[in-house]
Amino acid sequence: MATTKARVSSFSRNVSTVTSQNPGLKHGPNGTMLLSSGIPDLDKILGGGFPLGSLVMVMEDEEAPHHMLLLRNFMSQGLVQKQPLLYASASKDPKRFLGTLPSPASPKGDKSSDLSHEKDIRIAWQYKKYFGEPQLNLNTNGSQQDYCNDFDLRKPLDRHFYSGNNVDCVSIKDSPNLSVLQDRCAGFLAKLSRNEGNISSAGRIAIQSFCSPQCKYSNEPSLYELGHSLPACRSYLAILVESQTLIPSLKGMVQSSNAVVVVTFPPSLLSPSCSLRLQHMADTLLSVRAIPDEDKELAKLLTGYQDMIGLINIHKAARLNTQVPVILEATTFSIKLHKRRFLVLECLNQAPVDGSSGSSYGTSGGCSGSSKVGTLDF
Amino acid sequence: MEQKNWNLLDEALGLHNNDNAKPWPLCGRFVLVEDCVDTSAAFVLHHILKRSFSSHPSSAVLLLAFSHPFSHYDRVLRKLGCNLTAQRDNGRLFFLPMLMFQCPGEGKPNHDGLASVFEQIERVITVLHQDKKSISIIIDDISFLEVAANGSSDDVLNLMHYCHTLTSEYGCAFIALDHKDIYLNGDRTAVILEMEYLAEILVKAEPLATGLAKDVHGQLMVLNKETQHQHGITAIKSYNFHFKIKETGIECFYPGTKIQ
Repeated sequence: MATTKARVSSFSRNVSTVTSQNPGLKHGPNGTMLLSSGIPDLDKILGGGFPLGSLVMVMEDEEAPHHMLLLRNFMSQGLVQKQPLLYASASKDPKRFLGTLPSPASPKGDKSSDLSHEKDIRIAWQYKKYFGEPQLNLNTNGSQQDYCNDFDLRKPLDRHFYSGNNVDCVSIKDSPNLSVLQDRCAGFLAKLSRNEGNISSAGRIAIQSFCSPQCKYSNEPSLYELGHSLPACRSYLAILVESQTLIPSLKGMVQSSNAVVVVTFPPSLLSPSCSLRLQHMADTLLSVRAIPDEDKELAKLLTGYQDMIGLINIHKAARLNTQVPVILEATTFSIKLHKRRFLVLECLNQAPVDGSSGSSYGTSGGCSGSSKVGTLDF
Repeated sequence: MEQKNWNLLDEALGLHNNDNAKPWPLCGRFVLVEDCVDTSAAFVLHHILKRSFSSHPSSAVLLLAFSHPFSHYDRVLRKLGCNLTAQRDNGRLFFLPMLMFQCPGEGKPNHDGLASVFEQIERVITVLHQDKKSISIIIDDISFLEVAANGSSDDVLNLMHYCHTLTSEYGCAFIALDHKDIYLNGDRTAVILEMEYLAEILVKAEPLATGLAKDVHGQLMVLNKETQHQHGITAIKSYNFHFKIKETGIECFYPGTKIQ
């Protein structure tokens, strides 16, 4: 998809994919700079990564923490590339999040190189199957490793990555309103403001579980404590005024700076119109969903159901500086853990119809009439 | 006048019959563009912007941009064959960057904020009107305006009404984009209903019912309420067609008639 995008826009600069001064960035279409999401497959799906100056929204599954997988990889990638980071969440101790970041897999010459080698073969084989050959040549040069790493979810990030890095953490649990967060974001982004042609570093902001019940006013009765109707409309107003002024101003700030903001929010806890407003503001809109353990129907429908841990949906891909929408081959992908370590996104594949168990085609087709007649005969 | 390639959207908006006295066919009319999350209708605004600049050398545009910075519009319009930077320097484009605009007064409806916006609009319009220019006011988009007004839909409606009066007072064209799906579940429907009532041309962008496709990006429905009919009857013309957005323009076609 990325290759076709580059071809469509005649105005995009024809330069090498990775800039010389900063390995964490590369040129995208329409004069944008891209930054890796930390998940190689997601980068490929989105055509290279998240463009600088864009606002990425992730709709959470309120029952499963799958959005954390995205956030962890996103932030870990930033730490590995020594980019300034800002993390905000509704938890009491947001610094704890940093301890859960995954570590990049197999630095060169390690003993686990055979593992990565084997993995490469597997991935290449997978993509040959799903995408066809021309998609792969985008990132085959050696610089891919610098732009985007594979992260081993079972290995915590080494201490030395944290040292000398400026990672800000903000808790929005006890603050009376969101102005604290807004000020911190503004201060953070002001350091990264865009001046012509010279991009020294790119920043990443991640805001987790925005608008969730914990991060409302401390004196505001939450949806759970009181009944339904009255607090619902009060909190709707509160959300509209408080949070919805933050996101546009955040969007305005990030558009003029070299940073990407990722915000996750639980859409089911907001009123539908509130959630739709947030969705409209997003440049890139994703949603993650867990899949139930024992869903027999789905298991029958899809191959590799046992390995899936969830589904990711791409609703909108960023289109900065262009009016042409990005139409993806598929919008739903399965999230899998390869070797229980690496996050892999794959196209959904329909399971082949099993001949021995009686295909639906056979039973619903011409046989049905005759079999019914047969039972009536007796 | 050179021959242009009019497409179905131009026809639906009435841009193609330029033979009457009006330099810009949308003069004095209110165009409301509606879209949803799946299908953005920003391209309609770009199209109108481009057409208004090419319609007549005396046309001018006032663009209130809540959702994108100038560089975005500049790049998009340049690919459409229209140089916004040059137009801005010529005094034909007035770009009001409203991205960081926020009414003062946390959490309370505040009349002064939007009043200052309207004063800004009116000031530009009166200056332009003295130069005998045909003016278009474009707002992108209203949902951001609502947020900037601290969620007060009354203030937004007031601003819309004031802008609407400008269409009759100065003969401006007024074009606004809004997201229809925000209002669909019964929350604060007043804004969208009143705007739809006021609008003389209503453009709705929707995704295809059959899902996303590579060569058809969605469908447009245009309702053109022609107010000045010869027998005093308001006739409503409606147009339905599919569209495909390209970097250099849009392609409109009736369902099923696309020739590859």
